[in-house]
Amino acid sequence: MSVYGEMAGLDPLTGGEVVVAQNIAFGLIAVIMLFSALRMVTTRNVVHAALYLVIVLAGSAAIFILLGAEFVGVTQVLVYIGAIVVLFLFGIMLTRGALGVDEEEKGEQRLMSCLVAGLLAIVTAGALINTFSDAELTRSSPSTTATVGDSIFSQFIIPFEAISVLLLAALIGAIVVARKD
Amino acid sequence: MYLNQFLLLSAALFAIGVYGVLARRNGVLVLMSIELILNAVNINLVSFAAFRDSISGEVFALFVIAVAAAEVGVGLAMILLLYRNRRNIDLTEIDLMKG
Amino acid sequence: MMTELFIFAESASQSGLPLGITSGGAWLLRNAWLIPLIPALSFLGILFFGKRMPRKGAELGIAAVGIAFVLAVLTGLAWLDHRDNYHGEETHLAVVTVEHHGEISHDEHHDDSHDEHAASGHSESGHHAAHSSLAVSNTVTWFQTNGVDISVGVLVDGLSVMMLFVVTLVSLLVHIYSTDYVGGDRRYTHYFAFLSLFSASMLTLVISENTLQLLVAWELVGVCSFALIGHWWEEKPNSDAALKAFLTNRVGDMGLLVGVTILFFAVGSVLPDTFGSFSIAATNTVANNGLLSHTALLVAATCLMAAVMSKSGQFFLHTWLPDAMAGPTPVSALIHAATMVVAGVFMIARLYGVFFEGLSIGGSSINLMALVGGITTLVGASLAFVQRDIKKVLAYSTISQLGYMVLALGVGAWTAAVFHLFTHAFFKACLFLGSGSVAHAVHSFDMKSDMGGMRKAMPHTYRTFIIGSIALAGLPPLAGFWSKDEILAGTGGWGLFGGTGGNGSYTLMLVMGMITAALTAAYMTRCVYLTFFGEFRGHGDVHESGPRIVVPLWILAGLAIVAGLFNLPKGFQLVPDSFQERFGHYVEPVAGYFPTISHATPSWSLAIISTLVVIGGASAAWWYYFVKVEAASKASGKSLTELPNGPTTTYPLAKIIHNILDKKYYLDHLYTGIIAGGTKGPLARMAYRFNQQVIDGTVDRVGETAVKSGQFVYDKIDQLVVDGAVNTSGRLSSEAGGELRKIQSGKVQSYAAILFAAATVLAGILIVIV
Repeated sequence: MSVYGEMAGLDPLTGGEVVVAQNIAFGLIAVIMLFSALRMVTTRNVVHAALYLVIVLAGSAAIFILLGAEFVGVTQVLVYIGAIVVLFLFGIMLTRGALGVDEEEKGEQRLMSCLVAGLLAIVTAGALINTFSDAELTRSSPSTTATVGDSIFSQFIIPFEAISVLLLAALIGAIVVARKD
Repeated sequence: MYLNQFLLLSAALFAIGVYGVLARRNGVLVLMSIELILNAVNINLVSFAAFRDSISGEVFALFVIAVAAAEVGVGLAMILLLYRNRRNIDLTEIDLMKG
Repeated sequence: MMTELFIFAESASQSGLPLGITSGGAWLLRNAWLIPLIPALSFLGILFFGKRMPRKGAELGIAAVGIAFVLAVLTGLAWLDHRDNYHGEETHLAVVTVEHHGEISHDEHHDDSHDEHAASGHSESGHHAAHSSLAVSNTVTWFQTNGVDISVGVLVDGLSVMMLFVVTLVSLLVHIYSTDYVGGDRRYTHYFAFLSLFSASMLTLVISENTLQLLVAWELVGVCSFALIGHWWEEKPNSDAALKAFLTNRVGDMGLLVGVTILFFAVGSVLPDTFGSFSIAATNTVANNGLLSHTALLVAATCLMAAVMSKSGQFFLHTWLPDAMAGPTPVSALIHAATMVVAGVFMIARLYGVFFEGLSIGGSSINLMALVGGITTLVGASLAFVQRDIKKVLAYSTISQLGYMVLALGVGAWTAAVFHLFTHAFFKACLFLGSGSVAHAVHSFDMKSDMGGMRKAMPHTYRTFIIGSIALAGLPPLAGFWSKDEILAGTGGWGLFGGTGGNGSYTLMLVMGMITAALTAAYMTRCVYLTFFGEFRGHGDVHESGPRIVVPLWILAGLAIVAGLFNLPKGFQLVPDSFQERFGHYVEPVAGYFPTISHATPSWSLAIISTLVVIGGASAAWWYYFVKVEAASKASGKSLTELPNGPTTTYPLAKIIHNILDKKYYLDHLYTGIIAGGTKGPLARMAYRFNQQVIDGTVDRVGETAVKSGQFVYDKIDQLVVDGAVNTSGRLSSEAGGELRKIQSGKVQSYAAILFAAATVLAGILIVIV
């Protein structure tokens, strides 16, 4: 059943155009994300890799919105694409010797990585297909920012505080590690 | 929509991320691949939140984003330090722990 | 401002568990949080404005601790009145009834008006209950999460009031002493800032209402200890010592964290409407009433014992404490003798319900806590013999006395342990400050090369040190005698004249205590001789310290004389009844959160025997040092510190014992060489080091002894058998290492690949099986 199906007044069982549209959207996004992710880990240009990463992150923001998690989607855009990627670009600029081009990988290392990643993909995919093959998404309405906020500040207040302290520690740690002295 | 389409996408991204972590020699690229892995996890969390109609998954996805920000900050700081000390961020060259 | 945990009901038809605490009481008792608040504010003040003050911030610290001391005394007086005359209402704890086979049952007697899940508590009507021993509890909600109130507040009873008094008094004297001792130091202001922070943390710890608050304060005192040990961190040994103290304490803190967590959930399982509780009173109460499973309590108590072992320097995590003497001497007196190191003892005393039930202290003859305490007290006392450094003698003596306290708690002699904590704080602080006074004069801590004959030059230090030593050795009527004697009686092991009661028959602990008493008297005699008698072996002109050092010494010495009189034993015929057991009366809780313990009867015969043992130990040392060494010194014309051909050079056995003691039972070797070395290197290297240090070390030692015994044994056993075994095992581990080191490429990514592959394969196996 679709996220927005009922909101649009469509019969959830028969589907309707929204479901079709969602599936098409999902397919498009997924293909773009997978392609970009593959390019990201294989391209020899580091700056290009960062830009591919932007596409993947934007794609997952779209996936979040498709799943009805609008706040997470917006945060993804703001924090990831807005801040983290910029940080990466800074990192690339500060550390790159040869302009943006990564060195050749060793064949042995690439083969080993392929094996491990492939094994991982097979095991996970097998497990998922086994377990969730006919599970449908049944969410009736998208979650609102208000419920997310309520939940963070009541049920998850301790993880929230812990994360705050972690961010502070990371901030100080990053400064201490990176400063010139 | 089925739950599995999201989970499989997430699994594929995860595997690609693992490949990046293992295969790339540039430290910054390894960090970027770790971001890919974290994103795959986030998709997983949010899909299950939609599946179980619960908010917890989304909240944890937000926490993961926060942790990722912290991790990138510290990770890049370390890579900068590495670069300053060795003029090189090739991870295969760093084998001081060799037994 | 009670939390929701404690449910009040108006009807008196059914009763919850009486907690033994009240939210009423005198204003000062309810607001004891002011006492730590003042030094905390002073910490901030010194930190921000200290350098600009005329006396560099010291005056702010002294003023704050002075006010805290006055408040603590007033609080103590308020408690004396409260203990005897309070008639307020008692708080009851609503609990879920748990049957013995662990099922939660709905109480049959409930009528419908009651909560289905809970036997609701209520307060008894004020007019028929006169609860004159209720602890005062005052809490506010710190934060709330998922229906659990995490509160912060004070739990004031005799124990915390006593601790408030001791901490503020010793802290005040140490502050005054420090203005002279560290005067002109390069980090004078920071020193006082940390002293203030320490005082605030320690005071918070002793009035903690819940274990979470206790944990926070526990870590804070650890941080202060770290910072003050490393006060002169420019010198490598000092910063090493600080790190060692900090890291050793981390080991135990893990235990504390786990123990507190276990208790949190265990208590939550019997409380209605919540899944956990940190409240100390609630934890103890449900433990005392047998509502928690014995296993949970045993595991929790064992975890908490790890914390006690690190914080209170118990065998085998005690090795940080002697090294901690690298800090300034006043810090050693305050933190590593009188207050912080007793935090572990305090924690046991605080959570005594948990320990008493969990370790089955009542009716037993041995348990973990008593054994740890007993071993510690012997190890500490024996190591104090071989130290050259006067502060290390006192440090090992502190370890030994802390072991005494833990032993006492382990045998159920709660009051005796807490009383020993009280008296020990005074005489040990006096001794430490005295040693600091001597060291200040001769600029060294080495008794053998730089001291001797100080009694003429430093009469005040000499007299106070002697008083402290006698109090520590435990000769009547000084403080140490009374508390030590109560502990010995409390073991219940004195069966010769009909027994002394107590909670079991801990004869082994009685023997350990007796031996320690003799050893203590002997090593203090040695220490006094080396420091104050004979001829001066150091250099320069030595003179008595100034009044800011001497006055605190005399105050502490005075307390070391009289402190014992606060708890004259029950049935002590020489004084009227109203002077007996005053300390026990006011300090020991008679409340729901305290277990029912039986008290030992003091015994004249035991007191006389233990005094004779002390005199025996002192006489032996006196004969060796004051007679033999003195005579040898006269004969040789220079001031000796031991006999030129004493037992350690004459008898091989004595030499071996001396060697073992000198190497501190090889514990440091064990930790740094084997445990640390083994974990930081790969497996093969660990095996190699084990081979090098332990087996070879053992072989060497065996070899040395064998040389003494005869060449024949050496040739046959050592060369052929042991060395052969060593060589074989060495070759084996070397070959194994050669194979293993191939996967140890040092490349992060190959490690990561192994990790991912292994995890994937394991996950795959899991999927196939499940």
